[in-house]
This record gives sequence, structure tokens and C-alpha cells, in this order.
Amino acid sequence: MDPFNFAGNPPEAFTRRAFIGRGLVLASAAATVPQFISRSALGMTAPLGLSSIPGVPEDHVLVVVQLAGGNDGLNTVVPFGESAYYKARPTIGIPAARVLKLGKNQQVGLHPQLDGLKELYDQGMLSVMLGVGYPNPNRSHFKSMDIWHTADTSGTGTGWLGRYFDNDCCGTPLDAAAKPNPLGGIAIGREAPLAMKGGKYQPIGFESAELFQWLGKGVDKDLATPYDEITRRGVAADTDPNTTAGFLMRTALDAQVSSDQIRKAVSQRSLVNYPGNELARQLAMVSSMIRAGLPTRVYYVTLGGFDTHAGQGGENGRHAQLMQQFGGSLAAFYKDLKAHGNDTRVLTMSFSEFGRRVGQNASGGTDHGTAAPMFLAGPMVRGGVFGNQPSLTDLDSGDLKFNTDFRSVYAGVLKDWMSADADKVLEGSFRAVKLIEKA
Amino acid sequence: MTIHQPEPPAPEMTGPSLPNNRSMDRHEGRKPISSSLAPIKADRWGYDQARHLLWRAGFGGSPEQVRTVASWGPQKAVEYIVDYDDVRAEKIEADAFNKDIMRPASEAERAEAARARRAGDEDAVARLRAMRQEAERVDRGQMRDMQKWWLKRMIETPRPLEEKMTLFWHGHFATSYRTIEDSYHMFAQNRLFRRNAVGNFGKLLYEIIRDPAMIAYLDNNDSRKGRPNENLARELMELFSLGVGNYSEQDIKEGARALTGYSFYDDEFTFQKNNHDTGEKKILGRNGTLDGDDFVSAILRKPACARHIAGKLYRLFVADVPTGRPEIDKPAESVIRQLASTLVANRYEVRPVLRKLFLSDHFYEQPILREQVKSPAEVVVGAVRSLLTPTRDLGVLTDAMNLMGQNIFYPPSVKGWDGGRTWINTATLFIRQNILCFLLTGKTPKGFDALARTETYDAAAFISGLEPSGETGGRAADSPFARSNPTDQELSVVVEQMLRFTLGASSPGNHEILMRHFRAAGNRVDQESVVSALLLVTAMPEYQLC
Repeated sequence: MDPFNFAGNPPEAFTRRAFIGRGLVLASAAATVPQFISRSALGMTAPLGLSSIPGVPEDHVLVVVQLAGGNDGLNTVVPFGESAYYKARPTIGIPAARVLKLGKNQQVGLHPQLDGLKELYDQGMLSVMLGVGYPNPNRSHFKSMDIWHTADTSGTGTGWLGRYFDNDCCGTPLDAAAKPNPLGGIAIGREAPLAMKGGKYQPIGFESAELFQWLGKGVDKDLATPYDEITRRGVAADTDPNTTAGFLMRTALDAQVSSDQIRKAVSQRSLVNYPGNELARQLAMVSSMIRAGLPTRVYYVTLGGFDTHAGQGGENGRHAQLMQQFGGSLAAFYKDLKAHGNDTRVLTMSFSEFGRRVGQNASGGTDHGTAAPMFLAGPMVRGGVFGNQPSLTDLDSGDLKFNTDFRSVYAGVLKDWMSADADKVLEGSFRAVKLIEKA
Repeated sequence: MTIHQPEPPAPEMTGPSLPNNRSMDRHEGRKPISSSLAPIKADRWGYDQARHLLWRAGFGGSPEQVRTVASWGPQKAVEYIVDYDDVRAEKIEADAFNKDIMRPASEAERAEAARARRAGDEDAVARLRAMRQEAERVDRGQMRDMQKWWLKRMIETPRPLEEKMTLFWHGHFATSYRTIEDSYHMFAQNRLFRRNAVGNFGKLLYEIIRDPAMIAYLDNNDSRKGRPNENLARELMELFSLGVGNYSEQDIKEGARALTGYSFYDDEFTFQKNNHDTGEKKILGRNGTLDGDDFVSAILRKPACARHIAGKLYRLFVADVPTGRPEIDKPAESVIRQLASTLVANRYEVRPVLRKLFLSDHFYEQPILREQVKSPAEVVVGAVRSLLTPTRDLGVLTDAMNLMGQNIFYPPSVKGWDGGRTWINTATLFIRQNILCFLLTGKTPKGFDALARTETYDAAAFISGLEPSGETGGRAADSPFARSNPTDQELSVVVEQMLRFTLGASSPGNHEILMRHFRAAGNRVDQESVVSALLLVTAMPEYQLC
């Protein structure tokens, strides 16, 4: 039997170990990439014959939505039952009557423009985790973002998702020769986020798929063939694989194969209409990549503009528009996933680097604050509101006191959805919050 | 303002430790390379060594420059590059940029702000806020202009080592505009690094604790007696001088006290006497009522300091150790020790260290050549300087450097850029290839640059520069360029010269790809075929090396 012929062997392709070691080729390249590439790619990764762990889900996907700039948690999940809220926010508070209610006894509800999230909530597809933060909150965008990305309160070190890949996704370190699949994590944006950068693992990042390719072909189409020859050869026979030249040749091969697959994947038309905003554009691409069967475990998307120091508005206005974009995009994303039968495979988690202060400022906006809610979405989540809403009166110099450490939410996602060793990935022990039940 | 600083003290270190060749690892079967800093013999010097020196000590040279430097021999070549004060360069005037965009509020403005807040005059508060935001917007614009200005300077300077070392110190004493939000402070710091580019490291360390950008970046302006901020004290030892493990937490605490009151006002360093802790301290084994200068002196006396700096210079110029390759890593240890001794013997003067390194046998050993990943600055600046492409659009080039991971004036953290292989991933590799494509042809993702037609790449000049016969830089009469039907042999010579110049070496695979390319172009070596050939060469993984 030809060991390089995988055509009749798809289940093997999705075992986690195979995915990490050689899944790039097995899982999806085999179908689209000529044989000689499969050979050269295989030559550089792990040996064959690794088996899967019984009972471990192999095809789970995590999508992280970063709301950049510090989303105003109190106007996202509104504590409409408290007079202190309206007192602190005389012009930007959301009228109780307009808040989207989450159940009879719930004293918090969603911003009126979050109808998209309400839809998911009503289908039991949304977990609202209240009062998430960390000790000694930092109010610098960059520092606090780094803290969320590294899952370390000093904000230094590698990214938590990067460590997930470094640790072979389940707590066993990679073999020295093994190399994480470059397609394991894909970030859409100009820069790959720190969260996905590991010691060994480097994610793929691109802003739009058209940029994720060589432009020389557009100058002279006859260059396509020699270019492919250059990049697809892998490590040339006359090159020592330990040299930097060998490293570059491997990376060039990875880049070429990833580029082909990604551009092919996102060229498909979505099955539903997405709203016209940046987050929707990114989620539509993610949905297409999932649909195309890329072996990617983590996708990372970003919506910016949440730094609403002035004129943030209440029920309408700037923040309301962001809420509409966020909720509407997420609702469309799950409709699309459902249409191609992948919704049950995809968990989405949103976060922001911090919430905002309880009281509004003189410019009709809010300044940098602390704790805020997180959302988890997908058919596998426990629908409902969890955690405790921080008190609006017992404050830490004008700021909310957090109730749940964000790393407890990460721990739950790692443990219950990604089947990973959370302690190892988070480099510490955190009580995992149970937000996923239908894994 | 003149700053009175003590001379760098004589370090306590003894003479150089001898290289220990016997302990070298031979189990790999590879011959360990020379760890000798003895000067390279003139008969080992040639084209490849000249090319190597021009890339490593600068941003690469044009075909003609490589040939010229090769003809000079090692001594003259290294002197020309290292003793660059003799090379005339454009002066940088202090008023090249506006220093007042982010000036502190005047007394009248502060009084007005206080009044508005007291009186609850929301219109006035909003107006003041808007003024501040407008200043910030203008300042971000000036920061962008500075990025382009520096990039242009790197491209055009006749003193490449000066700019390379300025960039090195920027990464070493990493300070980001993102935090300090005052472009003029970044400019002033940039001039400080350039002034001391190959000067005295000790002097630089005394000056850096007085640098407004650094003081703001590491929060030392908030550090006062009774509540010292440890940020600057920690990084001063951990990253800027000694390295981890060569000081204690107590040294940080006491060092922070020594630095209390080191602040700035507007663009000037100020020593705030009332905020300075004058008490007894013990730092790195020295006692007394130590101040910031005493702290720096204590650091400079530690042998670990010279070792740390020598190690960083080695990684910048020679190899990104540890490489995991014993034939490099072992001799590197010895070379770094010798460089540290040289640094100490010269009381922290950097220039003699670089002169010795660039002249050394070790620097030109085979495994050292073509093993360094080009930094984004080297990719962009090096393309213009070596291939002689048009510069086209400094904004596009600056953005590309950002996408490649090196946003100048915005290092990612106080640790600076990690460099080496971390520059490379699947996304940055495409950016690296595509920015070369832009420089050569004006191609952008959406089409072509507006000036792509008028600013064409001069392929003829490039090809004739490669030829040994074209010593004068003119187009030799027998150039294969645009001559009909060069023979296969002639073509092979052109291809060989191209690869040797662009990649530093030719391999049979790469040679064959280019031969086929030229044959497919009807055996013509003309504008179109040369540009296309360069597109292929610059897309070769080996092109990322220098």
C-alpha cells in the first residue's frame, strides 16, 4: 500500500495527534495539493502511526471575538433593576423598558441593539457570564489586553492559545521534531494577536485573503510555475535542514499550501446574508473556512471602536451601533454555520480588555474601568446568565469589583470544549467555570 | 543643558580569558569554526567577504559597492565602515521637527482648566479636551513623518553602520511612542542613539536615565522618595546592562530609590531634589547615599555588563545564538568573552570592539555567512541599497515594515524585537516577498502604484554593475544586456553572478530555475526578463538571509 495515499482514509485525518503532526497534509491538503507536496510536507513533520485518544472530540472549533478598546459592560448587559445604575448614568443609561429581558427574575438584560444575541439566548445558545475580571486591574489598553492574551496578570510571556498549540492541544509537549500545524490557528487582522503566539507555535494571520499570496504572478503570469517550484520544493536536497535556510524553506512551503487552501475556502459564497460590517466580514470568512474543512482549531477575529470616552450614546448612538454590529454578526454567523451543518462544532467566546467606569463622564462617555461580562455562544453552551453582577455601590474607587477570574472561563473552555490540560496551558490552576454541557 | 557625568569607571574585570578551542564539540562531525579574533588574512578576502561585511555592518551594498569594497582589502574596508566620522553625512538639526505639539500646558491654560472643572463649565472642559485631542492627532502625524524620515535616512545614508547601530540601540533601550505619545521625545532619543551609535556604552547608560522618553516610558517621573517606582531600575539591570540573574530583587528596590527624582519637564531632564531619596543604599555591593549615576557606575563595574552587551552585539552582527548548531554556538561563547574583554579594555568604547569583530577570522567563517534572517529594516532598506530599486513610497514601506513585525518607534515591549527566526512566519513571508515585488515593479494588491510607469527599475544598470568588466559603473560594450542571443554559457554566467550577488551563493536548483526562465524569455537578458528574474530570486526562501 502506498503510505502517501490518504484518499480512503479521512477519519484518521481528524485525530488530534495526526492533525498536529501531519494533519496539514492529511486533513485537507491531500485532496487539493499534488502528491509531491504531500511527500515533502510529510518529510518534515512527525512520524506516522500516532493514534487518537478514545473519547476525545477531534473536530471542535473555538472562535474568539475580541472587542477592542474596552467595551462598556454595564451598557451591554444592563442592570436595569438598580437605581444606582441610572443615578451614575443620567444621560447614557438604557431605559428599563427598552432593555431586552432575559427572563422573569433576571435583574439584568441586553442592550436593545443586541437583538442578535437575544435570538441566540432564546434558543439556549448563549451563556452570559457576569462580572469577569482579574485582581489589581490595569487600566491601560495595551497592558490589560496583554494580560487577557497571556492569561498572566503581569501581561508577559506567551499567549494562552499559543501555549495550547505548544502543548499539543492536550497537555503533552511536542516531540522535538514535531511541528504544530501552521493552520491550527488563524487570526484575521493586520497582526497575529499575542494570545495565539506560543513559544513554538506561530499562527497564520492575514487581513484579507487576497493579500495572503505572492503578487509577482500579477506582474507576469508566466512566473506562477517557477514560483511554485521554488516554494513547494520544501527543504532542498542540498540544504542542511537545521540551518536557517532549511527553516525558511519549510516556512515557504507552509505559506504556499496555507495560502492555496485559505483562498480557495474563502472564495465560496456564504449561505446566508451577513450584515455589512467589519466583524461580519471576518466571521463570514471564518464560516467559509470551517465549511471548507480546514483543520483549524482556533479562529480569532476583532471588532474595534469600543473606547467610548465621549459621546457614546445610550439606547442609540455610537455604542449602540457597535452592539448592533456585534449581535447581528454573531447571529448571522450561527445561521450560516447551521446551514452547512457545522454549528454544533463551533463555540464562540467574546471578551474585551476591560469594562468602563460606573459613572459617565462630562463628555457623555465613559472612561476605562474594570470587570465586565463575557459571552459564550453556540449550541453546546449552557444557555442562561451565570456568575454574579458586581455591586454598583460597593466600588473600588469608582470601579466594579470582579467576581469571576477570566482564567476560570478560559479553563472551562479548554477543559470542556478543547479537551486540553487547562492547568498546563494556563500555567496555573483555575477553577473551571462550567458553561458547556453538550460537548 | 550640559550634563555632568562621571567617566565610566574602570571595571573590576581582569584580562581577557583565552579562547578554549580544546573543549569544542566535535561529535557532530562538523569542523568547529575558528573562534579567533585575529585579523583575516588578505588572501582570504574577496567578493563574498565584502558582500557579507556590507550586509552585516549595514544594509547591503550595490553590485558596484561590493566590487569596490572587495578590491580594498579587509583593513581599508573595515576602517571605511567603522570610522565613519570621516564620511560626510547630512546633519540632523534639532529643529527638524516641531517640539511644541505636545508641550505642557501653560500656567494660564492650567488655571483655565481648573476653573472650568470647579465651575462645572462643561463647554470649557469639552473645548480643552478637544484641543488636547487635536494636538494628539497632529502629533501622531508627526510621528508618522518621523518614521518615514528615519527610513529614508537608512536608505540614503553614506554611513550605514551609524543607522544600523541607532536602530540597534532603539531595540536595546526599547521605548514606544504608543505609551509616551510625544513624538519629539522619540526624536530626541533617536538623536541620542545616533550620537552614541558606536561611542561609549557607559555614557549612553548615564544618558538614558536622563532621557525624557525613557523616563516617561518606564514611569520614572512618578518615582519619588517614599514610593519609588521600580520599573526603570529593574529594566536598567535586566535588559539594558546586566541581564537576568546578575542582580537581586534588593538591588532593584535600592536602585529604584537611587533613581527617585529623575524626571523631566517639557523636553528637558530635571532632577527633582525634593523627590530624591538621599538615604543610605546598598546596590550591587556598593554602599552610600547613592544616586542614579552611582547606580550606573555600580552596574558598569560588573563584568556581567560587558558580557551582556557583547552578547547582544554578537547576535546583531554575527549569529543569533544559541542556534542549536554546536559548530557555531561553541566558538560563539569564546568570541563573546573576547569581545567583552575588548569592551572592558576600551572602557566601554564600542567602536574598537566592532573594528576587531569585522576584521576577524571568525566573522567570515563559512557557517556564519548567509545564516542571519534579515530584519524588516534590512529587507526594505537592503532592497533599495543593493538592487538599486526606486524607493517609490515611504508610507507603503513603513506599513510593510509594520506588517513584517518591525514598526520603528513602536517596539512591541521594553524587550525590543526578538529578531532572528521570530521575524518569519507564513504571513510575514508573503509580505517580505510582496514588498520586493512592489519595489521592483510598483505592484500593489489592487493594481500598480500611481508612479509605477514613470519610476521604472533600471535593470540594465543592475546587470552591468554585476560584471567585473563594468568596474567604472558604465555599461560595458560587451554586456549581455539586451544583446540578442547570448549563448547558454553567457547566460549561465549572468545567472551565476545574479545569484552570487543576491543570495550570496548559487545552488544547482536555483540556477536551473533562472536558466529556464531566461530560455523561456527567448534567451534575452532585457528589462522585462531581468525584472522577472529578480521577482523570482527575491521570492526564494534564501533571499531572506544575509
